[in-house]
Amino acid sequence: MSITYLEAIREAQAKALADDPRVYIYGQDVGEFGGAFKATKNLSKEFPGRVLDAPISEDAIVGSAIGAAIEGMRPIVEMQFADFSSVGFNQIVNHAATLYWRTEVPCPITVRLPSGGNLGSGPFHSQCMEALYAHYPGLIVMTPATVEDAYSMLLEAVAIDDPVVFCEHKYLYYHLKADALPTDALPAGKARIARPGRDATIVTYSAMLHEALAAAEELALDAYQIEVVDLRTVKPIDTDTILASVARTGRLLAVGEAFPWGGVTAEVIARVVTEGFELLDAPPQRLNARDTPIPYHPNLWAAHRPTAPAIVNALRNLLRM
Amino acid sequence: MATRPQSVISPAQSDDSGDDQADNQRDLFLATYRWMLLARLSEDRLSALWKAGKIVGGVYLGRGQEALSAALGVNLRKGSDIFAPLIRDQAGRLAFGEPLIESMQTYLGSRLGPMRGRDGNIHRGRPREGYYAMISHLGCMVSAIAGGLMAKRFQGDSDFVGATCIGDGGMSTGSFHEAMNMAAVEKLPLIVLAANNQYAYSTPSSRQFACADLVDRAIGYGFAGHSVDGTSLTDCLATIGKAVAAARAGGGPQLIVGTILRLAGHAEHDDASYVDPIIRHKPFAVDCLRAAEEMILAKGWLAQSDLATLRNAVMNEIDDAVSTAQKEPVPDAGTEDWCALSSRHLVDGHLA
Ligand SMILES: Cc1ncc(C[n+]2csc(CCOP(=O)(O)OP(=O)(O)O)c2C)c(N)n1
Repeated sequence: MSITYLEAIREAQAKALADDPRVYIYGQDVGEFGGAFKATKNLSKEFPGRVLDAPISEDAIVGSAIGAAIEGMRPIVEMQFADFSSVGFNQIVNHAATLYWRTEVPCPITVRLPSGGNLGSGPFHSQCMEALYAHYPGLIVMTPATVEDAYSMLLEAVAIDDPVVFCEHKYLYYHLKADALPTDALPAGKARIARPGRDATIVTYSAMLHEALAAAEELALDAYQIEVVDLRTVKPIDTDTILASVARTGRLLAVGEAFPWGGVTAEVIARVVTEGFELLDAPPQRLNARDTPIPYHPNLWAAHRPTAPAIVNALRNLLRM
Repeated sequence: MATRPQSVISPAQSDDSGDDQADNQRDLFLATYRWMLLARLSEDRLSALWKAGKIVGGVYLGRGQEALSAALGVNLRKGSDIFAPLIRDQAGRLAFGEPLIESMQTYLGSRLGPMRGRDGNIHRGRPREGYYAMISHLGCMVSAIAGGLMAKRFQGDSDFVGATCIGDGGMSTGSFHEAMNMAAVEKLPLIVLAANNQYAYSTPSSRQFACADLVDRAIGYGFAGHSVDGTSLTDCLATIGKAVAAARAGGGPQLIVGTILRLAGHAEHDDASYVDPIIRHKPFAVDCLRAAEEMILAKGWLAQSDLATLRNAVMNEIDDAVSTAQKEPVPDAGTEDWCALSSRHLVDGHLA
């Protein structure tokens, strides 16, 4: 058996629906059509009345999930593209994220964000929003990079009593395959050493994990052992695992697909510099997309986001320092 | 929970024979009037406390809107219905069953109040009890109530409605439009009570919407629409009662638009000097509380002295609530649980 990242997301939703009558799915085209990416394919047939097409209203979709959660449901809402969650941003960061702190009533909603770049998707269908949501107290932000994590973390997201922004990556939907669904997993908030090493640490997450692993593979030809840390969850961020890795290697490169200003890579570096400065043998580096909107043409897109060759370059510079 | 309206007032003189309907109407009118009075006088007290520097943040008065708001509150059933009031709904909150003390605790920042000093003034509620705590962002509570109704439908409940309030200004937001459309598509028993009080902060209605009458929007959304004279408690009770009953009976979403004048500034820091003096002489500028009292006297339901007695009782209730709340502990930054998640093990920092 072989299962894709996308199928894992579908399977997790099917299991959540089957296991818990409080779960329902609401989002644009998620019903009979099965979702723009088919992440809910057949679910409306398997679970009649529980997988519903919503009007194009990201604000109202999230707002309704909050009300339903207050009444004891555990809604999963799909933002058709992460980019459009900006329309629902207010409900996510001001309403869902503050509810428990203000009222002691938890808000167990899962907001699925098909994130990141895909060939030809251009400026409005390619963005990574994880840092924006991580900025706000009261939200958990997941960024699974593997088929196994896509499955187990989505199930965990639905079970968590707080709002989870689930940033799944569109590029991984079809490109990534695993032999089987996992039976156990690391808990949310724990990072994973995806590849052990001793010469430098790459801290990354989501689709960039695979670019980082490819870069580490290439440097292995030159006998460099690069450690790769997959954050899995960006909020909370696993500072301990990051620091332990940097303690082993002395060098840090943080890689993210999002825009360069602020963001997850900045957070990783800030934490290492403030809490583990003495562990560093060289200034920590980071690699992000360029500071422009995301281009449409493949030539431009390939140069816009970090890729394995760019990571190799950055690592070679870091190792020379 | 506060006493339900029917037991609040015993009429001075009972209308003659067995006209039950007239009796019921009178009782409901008087009970609702009492919530209006409690709202008005408690807000007067809040205003005085604010002017004395005892309240941090803003104080937003519902003066002039009590009839609309209270008439909605008395038509809702605590326990099964859900309600998200807005800034000018002190009367509706009380009529829905919020104990007066909770408003004082919230404004005065008591640690024992429902918001524990974490949020203030009108941003209070008890969501678990169907009483949602508004966020500031106007328009947002409509979809939250809609979602609450969807949940009840999923859970197989019956005989419930959800209600929320909005101003002519809040009706301009995208959040409002999205939620109205969604509620109509989902055919939810949602009641949206809109108060066109002529101003949104300082912006007159003419700069807020360009349609002739906001109630016409109901057609576009797929809502039933009702217009109501917000200065008349009789009309508010009849129209809102009808709309709530229609939603409860499966008639789908209902938009009620009340026309009135905001008889205060936007908040107590605002002297409302921008209000056009001509407007103050329009029929919709009548004070609904005064009008209700005139009606009570004209009908002979209560005597002037009864009204005075009632006012005294209400003042005593307010005194008690204020002095209790003032004696309560305020939050302490040192012992505060600085935690925004219910899942403690997922709080950002060094994980266990
Ligand atoms: C989305 C949003 N924008 C701005 C504000 C600031 N604000 C608070 S109340 C208000 C005026 C509201 O007017 P209206 O909805 O007509 O209600 P009213 O105050 O007249 O009762 C404004 C602009 C807000 N709370 N939310």
